[in-house]
Parts: sequence; structure tokens; C-alpha cells
Amino acid sequence: MNYDALLNVTARDIPPSGIRRFFDIAAEMDDVISLSVGEPDFQTPWHVRDVAIDSLQKGHTGYSPNRGFTALCREICDYYERKFHLSYDYRTDVVVTVGGSEAIDLAVRALVNPGDEVLVPQPSFVCYAPIAALTGAKVVPIVTRRENEFRLTADALREKITDRTKLLILPYPNNPTGAVMRREHLEEIAAVLRDTDIMVLADEIYSELTYNGTPHVSIASIDGMKERTVVVNGFSKSYAMTGWRLGYALGPAPVIAVMTKIHQYAIMCAPTTSQYAAIDALHSGDGDIAAMRDEYDLRRRLIVNGFRELGLDCFEPEGAFYIFPSIARTGMTSEAFCQKLLETKHVAVVPGNAFGDCGEGFIRVSYAYSTHHIEEALRRIRLFLKEEGLI
Amino acid sequence: MDKILTILKDNPRLTNAQIAAMVGQTEEAVGEAIADYERRGIICGYKTVIDWEKVELTEKVTAIIELKVTPRRDTGFEKIAEEIMAFDEVESVSLMSGGYDFSVGVTGHTFKEVALFVAKRLAPIQSVISTQTTFILKRYKQAGIILSPAQADERGADIL
Repeated sequence: MNYDALLNVTARDIPPSGIRRFFDIAAEMDDVISLSVGEPDFQTPWHVRDVAIDSLQKGHTGYSPNRGFTALCREICDYYERKFHLSYDYRTDVVVTVGGSEAIDLAVRALVNPGDEVLVPQPSFVCYAPIAALTGAKVVPIVTRRENEFRLTADALREKITDRTKLLILPYPNNPTGAVMRREHLEEIAAVLRDTDIMVLADEIYSELTYNGTPHVSIASIDGMKERTVVVNGFSKSYAMTGWRLGYALGPAPVIAVMTKIHQYAIMCAPTTSQYAAIDALHSGDGDIAAMRDEYDLRRRLIVNGFRELGLDCFEPEGAFYIFPSIARTGMTSEAFCQKLLETKHVAVVPGNAFGDCGEGFIRVSYAYSTHHIEEALRRIRLFLKEEGLI
Repeated sequence: MDKILTILKDNPRLTNAQIAAMVGQTEEAVGEAIADYERRGIICGYKTVIDWEKVELTEKVTAIIELKVTPRRDTGFEKIAEEIMAFDEVESVSLMSGGYDFSVGVTGHTFKEVALFVAKRLAPIQSVISTQTTFILKRYKQAGIILSPAQADERGADIL
């Protein structure tokens, strides 16, 4: 059969991950040092695991309500009130999803019509453009720049707004750059959007991982923004619960209602065991978050310092667990750099252009690794640069 | 806990410059702080955890000796501990609660060497009532480090 002709054209034409082959090469090496992974190296706190085990032992193995257990919806709303000073109604303003990823998919599908324009600041996580494309939307990248510390600026935003603009993705703290948007930066964005009908999808999955004593601010907490914002968050990064696949969206009731409808038909409900675990995580996990954040912060400082000593320009990231150093001075493209580093020194990092064309000239380096691991990677990269005659 | 101690506890090989970057102090300040910890006996030493089983041609046997003793009138357990820890063969000495008094880690090249050390050196110490020797057959985790086999990173590498 000619599957090429059978497949959905939009889905078929989504470009495959450009870095797949790096991982294939890396998988063949037994001494590879990887700084490429986008998930915590911590394990889920034991008390959270215990609650999940207990729920299984008690036989709680059925479906939950489509939108998620009421107890979990309450905890999520309490959490957003406590941490970000936002009041949501647990009965109407929240839906529990399979990871933050599903929440992103639901929000885009609930809001976007074919032909609508979706603004995606880049470099950013790889899922926004393909998900938007599947709805028939036109994806409009907005380039964020090193000199603005990879923040979205009001000018860059204004430049891309047309009368077809439906949705702005706001992915901060940012993967891959580690950039954050502080209150004053969000105020500028809000000033542009306040008198429009443009909605915001705030992907706040890294909201607990901010450093230098500047807690995350949600754009929904800026005047006039709550009514035009869908907040997406989840348990993967903050509680080291990636494999549990649990996230959620908070937003205006009519939007959440449509998202819940799609969720109901496509997914039914998020995994029940994970929901029990998440209730405990939100209720008793603040200490775990703080301990992990402190550890990430030490590593962040170690690795930023390490790259600067190697002469690779690296702005100080204030969120997530990535650094995004420039490799421009090596004269290599991101892909060439990563491929050569992997082949000669068996160190895996991700080329910046995987996160949008404007990521060219950068690499993403994860510090969700032990200091031993980071040190060894830095040692090999130093050797690599020496052999290339760059230091 | 002090950040410098937390860092060194897990990785004593980091340079003062690296630690300085991590805690946001100068290299000199970190050097001074560490020297001060050493002076005050808070940092007592730096050792490397080696899985000797993986090193060819090295045989090493470790036993845990449970010692029962009669505490001495004036010095209690202290002087007895001092006598025990003076031997190079002794790796660790701890005073225990429960069924016996001291737990003593002893290393040697062979089972026999360790057994003879216990018979000739530890048992005769004045105040020692009895010894019980148990040999370590395999180490799985030491000083918080899992020895063998090396744990693979299971994280999905294709996730961005």
C-alpha cells in the first residue's frame, strides 16, 4: 500500500526530530557522558511513591472523574493560590491531564481554528509548532535573543501580531535557554495583549525551578491577564515525576470546559495512581522541591562557571535546568559541534537549532546530573576544544 | 548544613575555585573555610571509595568484629577504644548500643590473617570479654555509593 498517500498530510509533513541520529550514535557508545536529557536525575520522593503504592494496595484501580479527582483539583488550586497568588475555582477552572504535554495539546485544540496564527517564541520546547500545525494553524516564530537574555520583548511581540493572531505561547522558565520572565517583563507583554482578543498559553512546567531568589511570576497574575490565559503546569520537573505522566491546566471556565471535553473523548482521565501520588506531592512536597532546587542551583553555578572558563559565552540562566552557551566562536555549526564532540569525546549535548532556527550557534546543556558527571563532561569538552585549537 | 560541607560530602575532588563558583564566594574564602573545618576536626579526612574486587591481583578481606568489654573504672570505654584503634589493621571503631560494645572493622589480605589478628591482638586486650568475627563477602553500597554494577541512566534520551 502507498502509505504516503494514505497518511494525514499535515501529520506526515511534520519534520521528524533532527537530533534523533545523535541519540542513535550515543546509544552505541558504552562510555558516553550525556548532558542531553531533559528530566530530573532525582527520583520521586518516597512519601509520594508510598501514597501511590498504598492506593494500589487498597484497590483504587478504576477511572477517576474526567477532569480529575476533586481532591486533586482542590490541591492544585490551593497550590496556585499559595505560590502564585491566583484564585481558581476547583470545580470549573482546572483539568488534570496526562503530563503538561496533553494540557498544551488540549489548550491549542480548544482555542485554535484553521488559519489562525499561533505565536511561538523560540528557542523553545519542540512540541508547540507541531501541535499547532495539526490544528491547521499558521505557526509564527518569534525570535528571542541572547542580548535580551532570551526574553520575549514587547517590541518583538508587537511586530508579529496580525488580525489573525489567536494564541501566544509563553514558555518561561524556558527550555532550552533557562531564561525567565520577571514581573516587569510580563507587565510589558500584558500591556501589548490587554486590549486584544489574543489568548496566552503559559507553559509553567519549570515554575518551581528558578534561582537567584526570584520566584516565578505567572502572567495570569498580572492585571487583566487571568481571563486571557491558560496556565499549564505539571509534576514532572518540580517533583521528579516524569514517568507518572501528570499535568494540569488552569484557565477561564469556558476554555477549560472545552479542553475537558476533548480530554474526555481522547483520554478519558489521567492515570488514577498518579493522581493519588500528586495529591500527596502538592500537599507535602514543598520541602522536596526546595531540596532539589538547592541542588540544581549548585550544579548550575558549577557548569556556568565551567563553560565560561572554557571561553564559551554563556548567559546566566535563572530557571529550568539547562544552560545555553554560544559556540559561535568555534566557527562550527551547532550540529557539527555536537556531532564532533560526540564522535571524538563521547559527550552528548543538544544542538540549539533543535529548538528553532534561531538556536543556531548555541548548544543546550542539561545539568540534571551529578557534579561528578558534570566535571567529567567539562574535562572532555576542554580536551575537545584544545584539540580543535580553540583554547 | 553548610553548603561547602554538603558539596564536599558528595564530591571532595572539586577544586576550591569550582566550589567558590557554586556557593558564590571567592576562592580564598572557600579555602579558608575548608582549612578552618579541618582545623576544628569537622572535616576529618578525604578517602576514595574503591571496589577492590574490580582491581586485579588485589585481595582484601574485611571483617566486622563484635567486641564485648568490661568498661574500666576511671576511663570507661575511651581508653579501650584508643588501644583498639591504634592498630593499622583497624579501619573503624564504633561504640554500640545493644548486645555488644564495640564494632571494629578489620582488613587484611586473607581470612586467616584477619582471624589471627583478632586472636593475637584484639582478644588479649585487657577488658575484652569476647569477640565475634563476621566476614564481609560482598559490598553493595559503601559511604552512600552503590558499588556494582554501575547503574545505567534509564532516562529517555530522545526526550527534549
